Amino acid sequence: MSRDLSYNAVMARRGEIMKKALGLEYDEFIQSDIAFDYEGMMEKAGYSLEEVREIQKQSGVGNTPLLELTNITKLVRKTSKKGYGAKILLKDEAANPSGSFKDRRASVSVYHAKKLGYPGVLAATSGNYGAAVASQANMADLGCIVVQEVFDSRRVGQPEIIEKSRKCEAYGAEVIQLTVGPELFYVSLLLLEETGYFNASLYSPFAISGVETLGYELVEQTRARYGKDPAYVVVTHAGGGNVTGTARGVRKAGANSKIIGASVDLTGLHMASDDDFNKKSFTTGHTGFGVPFATWPDRTDVPKNAARPLRYLDRYVLVTQGEVFYVTEALAQVEGLERGPAGNTSLAAAIALARELPEDEIVVVQETEYTGAGKHPQAQLDFARRNGVEVMRGEPKQNVPGKVIAIPEEFSQLTFTEVDLDRMKTSYIRNAVTRNNVARVTQEELEFLAEDTNSTPEFVSSVLQNLGVQV
Amino acid sequence: MSKTCKQGEWVEVHYVVLTPEERSPDVPEDTKKVPLECWVKGWALSSGTVGEPIEIRTPANRVVKGTLTRVNPGYTHSFGPSVPELLPVGQELRAMLKEDE
Repeated sequence: MSRDLSYNAVMARRGEIMKKALGLEYDEFIQSDIAFDYEGMMEKAGYSLEEVREIQKQSGVGNTPLLELTNITKLVRKTSKKGYGAKILLKDEAANPSGSFKDRRASVSVYHAKKLGYPGVLAATSGNYGAAVASQANMADLGCIVVQEVFDSRRVGQPEIIEKSRKCEAYGAEVIQLTVGPELFYVSLLLLEETGYFNASLYSPFAISGVETLGYELVEQTRARYGKDPAYVVVTHAGGGNVTGTARGVRKAGANSKIIGASVDLTGLHMASDDDFNKKSFTTGHTGFGVPFATWPDRTDVPKNAARPLRYLDRYVLVTQGEVFYVTEALAQVEGLERGPAGNTSLAAAIALARELPEDEIVVVQETEYTGAGKHPQAQLDFARRNGVEVMRGEPKQNVPGKVIAIPEEFSQLTFTEVDLDRMKTSYIRNAVTRNNVARVTQEELEFLAEDTNSTPEFVSSVLQNLGVQV
Repeated sequence: MSKTCKQGEWVEVHYVVLTPEERSPDVPEDTKKVPLECWVKGWALSSGTVGEPIEIRTPANRVVKGTLTRVNPGYTHSFGPSVPELLPVGQELRAMLKEDE
């Protein structure tokens, strides 16, 4: 049987390919173009917290240490007003088998693929998730393909991504290294069709339920050691799964901690641009993913994305590239923990956030990631310089994405920029209406939009009114 | 690096996935000017020469045809040179911790 493998033909049968590759019928949860039964999907298609804990116990995932950052907390207090500066705790997710929290997502996807009898798993990712899927696939004796966006058209790649290719290959996975472009999705579809592999999407209910244990564990550990809940849980935000899974776990543990997302500000750099590709010094945890995935989650490789960060974010803050490199250096130098850099985005934000709180409060930074050749401030700053980016000491506000990286001169300069979440919610509602091409929404859809943006029907109504959409 | 490979050797091949004309309409102008390219590694199914077409068997047991680019491909990414702007940070923070002690 010969199939039409052209871009348009493959994209036209994406629905059919995805359905076969996920073994999941989304139709039963979809209520209309706009609304779907999110909790129903998570309950029926995902796994319960108890099941996930058991799956992860079998595969060596989770139960990572929660470390108190004594010296960083001291530095925070020295740069806060008297009596302020919450204790900062760090969940050392680098202790997972492949070195990041992504093992949690991968473990459940791979377990599910094995259970359903797929011969292998495929992941489309240039991040730590590739290594996580490859590592978990080996434990389950499944084949593995990782599709990565690695090079610009000169065949120059970010050292951080080259390292991620290497790690997948170290596990024996097949790595497809592509140049820049969203057609990575097309290549993944072709491969899913050819191999009959499971789509280990980052955005399936399986992947997201895998992260819930992270939120649950951090609350349990904080309570056991300090007898209270974290005031803030700070989460590095990119595609939304880290925020969503962690927040769901925190809530399942019964804690009301504020969920604060943090991203590196890369405003102005286009994610699909060949020219901009190597001007970024962060390949994840940045606004290039954080903003579009929050304001339109259903842009992914699954019909309905299980990662829906606006449901859970209490606040969203941005930090600069220079601050994250500085904090990465600080973590190694005063805490003896060489981790990151990208995973330290939330730590950079947490330092300034902890200054808002009294000393007896607790801020949990919920992840670290392994450090390696290429995945290191030296390698990335050297690469930045070679791509024409100026590296200097200076105030965070001197950072210009793609042009200047300013490493803070003083610990006290660490800060963040608050993002207006109402604007993001408005943008999500606009996307839901325009992308589905609807001129009026039903009461049920209005309620869904309120739920999906963690707002109120009144808020949604006023946004719809401004858009000229009837209810 | 060897310019030739024997059958069964670990090699890398390259091929164009989409020419500029075949690319998605959604890509920015600069990206639209260049093809979508792919590199993948596997075991050579025949002897071959760098720059010439060859077939490989990949770790996922697929047969892929492309132009031979590297024989026994390795990695050269590193930790990079020291960065003068980062070097003083540790000393600065330790000094700050010692103040008023």
